Amino acid sequence: MAEFQPRILAFCCNWCSYAGADLAGVSRLQMPPNVHIIRVMCSGNVKPEYVIKSLVEGIDGVLVLGCHIGDCHYISGNHRTLKRFALLEKLLEDVGVDKRRLRIDWVSASEGEKFQKVVSEFVDQVRALGPNQLGRGAA
Amino acid sequence: MEPRIGVFICHCGSNIAGTVDIEEVVRYASTLPNVVHADHNMYSCSEDGLSSIKNKIKEKGIDRVVVAACTPRTHEPLFRNACEAAGINRYLFEFVNIREHCSWIHMKEKEAATRKAKLMVRMGVAKAALLTPQEESESPVLPSAAVLGAGVAGMTAAACLADQGFEVHLIEKSEHVGGLVKDLDWAFPSDKSGTDLVRDLKKRVTASGAKLHLGTEVIDISGYIGNFEVTVSKGGKDEKLRIGTIVVATGAEELKPVGEYGYGDFPNVITQGELETRLAKGENVGDTVMIQCVGARDQSREYCSRVCCVTAVKNAARILKREPSAGITIIHRDIMSYGVRNEALYKKTMEDGVRYLRYSLEAKPVVRGNHFANSIEFREDTLGEQVLLTFDTLVLSTPLVPNQDNGRLQKMLKVPLDRDGFFLEAHVKLRPVEFATDGVLICGSARWPSDIPECVSQAEAAAAKAAIPMRAGKVRTEAITAEVDETTCTGCGNCVATCAYGAISIVEVEGRRVARVNLAQCKGCGACVGSCHNGSIQQRGFTEKQLASMIECLTGEEEG
Repeated sequence: MAEFQPRILAFCCNWCSYAGADLAGVSRLQMPPNVHIIRVMCSGNVKPEYVIKSLVEGIDGVLVLGCHIGDCHYISGNHRTLKRFALLEKLLEDVGVDKRRLRIDWVSASEGEKFQKVVSEFVDQVRALGPNQLGRGAA
Repeated sequence: MEPRIGVFICHCGSNIAGTVDIEEVVRYASTLPNVVHADHNMYSCSEDGLSSIKNKIKEKGIDRVVVAACTPRTHEPLFRNACEAAGINRYLFEFVNIREHCSWIHMKEKEAATRKAKLMVRMGVAKAALLTPQEESESPVLPSAAVLGAGVAGMTAAACLADQGFEVHLIEKSEHVGGLVKDLDWAFPSDKSGTDLVRDLKKRVTASGAKLHLGTEVIDISGYIGNFEVTVSKGGKDEKLRIGTIVVATGAEELKPVGEYGYGDFPNVITQGELETRLAKGENVGDTVMIQCVGARDQSREYCSRVCCVTAVKNAARILKREPSAGITIIHRDIMSYGVRNEALYKKTMEDGVRYLRYSLEAKPVVRGNHFANSIEFREDTLGEQVLLTFDTLVLSTPLVPNQDNGRLQKMLKVPLDRDGFFLEAHVKLRPVEFATDGVLICGSARWPSDIPECVSQAEAAAAKAAIPMRAGKVRTEAITAEVDETTCTGCGNCVATCAYGAISIVEVEGRRVARVNLAQCKGCGACVGSCHNGSIQQRGFTEKQLASMIECLTGEEEG
């Protein structure tokens, strides 16, 4: 049987994590092709609803990557992200979604290697969790 | 009308084409909804590539463009310009990054990379179909500045701006100019007294044409870059000033360490500031002990105030010059005489006989006396032995502490303070002296304890940055701003609290409270969107519908 290939969505902020992903590319850091990036201006823009929608519709895992705390291009956007996602994790658990399908992390524009590491780890983690049954059941 | 999307896939030589099957991606793109044209270029960003895109836009009546190539962080403006040149709004463009985020990171997985590139293009096309035209507007900037605080920093900034022909209001709360410097006995590293330095600077301010408002308080600030309204009050009479940019130069205060080392109990235990006043009056102080870091670098106040070490060193030099027989000891935890001039002075005082002894925070010196303090005992940290010294005057080197008004001013300006209570600039390395809020600058000890040369250079920097938009007479506003649907907004104010720029306010419309965005202040981060409980606030170019359409691309099975 072919290995399960999870489909993963990553929200990356324009200033840090998207740039970190760019640096990973420029540095030719190889990583699994399971992660698709949606660029937003700030991780503070990522509504918890986007994550819920993604998981409900069957995406296997969601990454939210912002600037390091203290380095937000928009002063405090990532503080908002952090607070919202602490609540969201609880909510996911309450409705029976494994919170390991969501990871929030910080990747700066100079951290191509960290981007590679986060992506590789998360793909392995979600692969181990198996397909997201929430979406498949609903479909 | 249905959107007419043109998709252009870039080979980037072999950078993309070496890994991704371009023809397959083009074939797939042509099957996607609303795509009227799919094509590929060897180098989309080359003159040939750009003109082929422009020609196709006109030829095929394309009204939305998707380019799948490299990163928007470097190449988006180029393709937006091409769109504009071909007659479509520059925001009807979507970039898909199949180089950095695909071909370069999946070099050994050609099939998987091609599949991923197809999905990425599908996401881009889905978003493109929902793009709407956006306008960058311009907002006028009045050629007038308010400088808050008439210390050395404020006076310098005011003179620099007025010298350039701008209308300048220099607003000072107290009845005199010069702040902390005006009473200094010696304004090191100049050879002047603080009083003379301030007098000369005041002459410069007067000559520059800046208008000095003494005994005047700022009671309200509203508006935004280019168009602030600063309300000032003098003697109970209010005046509204129309201002383009604001420079904050409100300085700091010397800590009065009541209760420490007998300060307040013994008349001969004084601060460095009080010592300067005595020296300026020509008083003799006799044998002197100075204690550094009084009320600083401890649990109550963790920061180093930077200027107190050099103040102690130069005051020691000053005393020795006038009273060569005076014995001077400086008890410290570290001497921070940063910079060439400061270090040279430190070294000279050592050669001239000033003793530097070290104490530790764990074993603070003990001061004894009766009516007057006369001895100090402590464990010398290097020797590891008890030391007993007698003195005529004990001088406490206390830190500069944030101005008590900072909190009030911060709320009016909607700018942040750091954890110690000083004003926090936008970025210490990349945007010094600027606040994140456009049109508001910071200099001098309001930002952080600074010596006189630092205050002057920061003030000149702040003035230069304030002059940029005033000279241009206008600022361009962000296009990807937030917008509120007033019909569904409940006026809860979450977005107001979330916005770091104070760009959103609650207004009353037909008896209902709703949020309203001031476009000149909005930076387009979209944090407010994340805070809205019913989707009434959206970010242009990153709407919920647009992002949802991208998410949906990933959930279905890929076709073709």
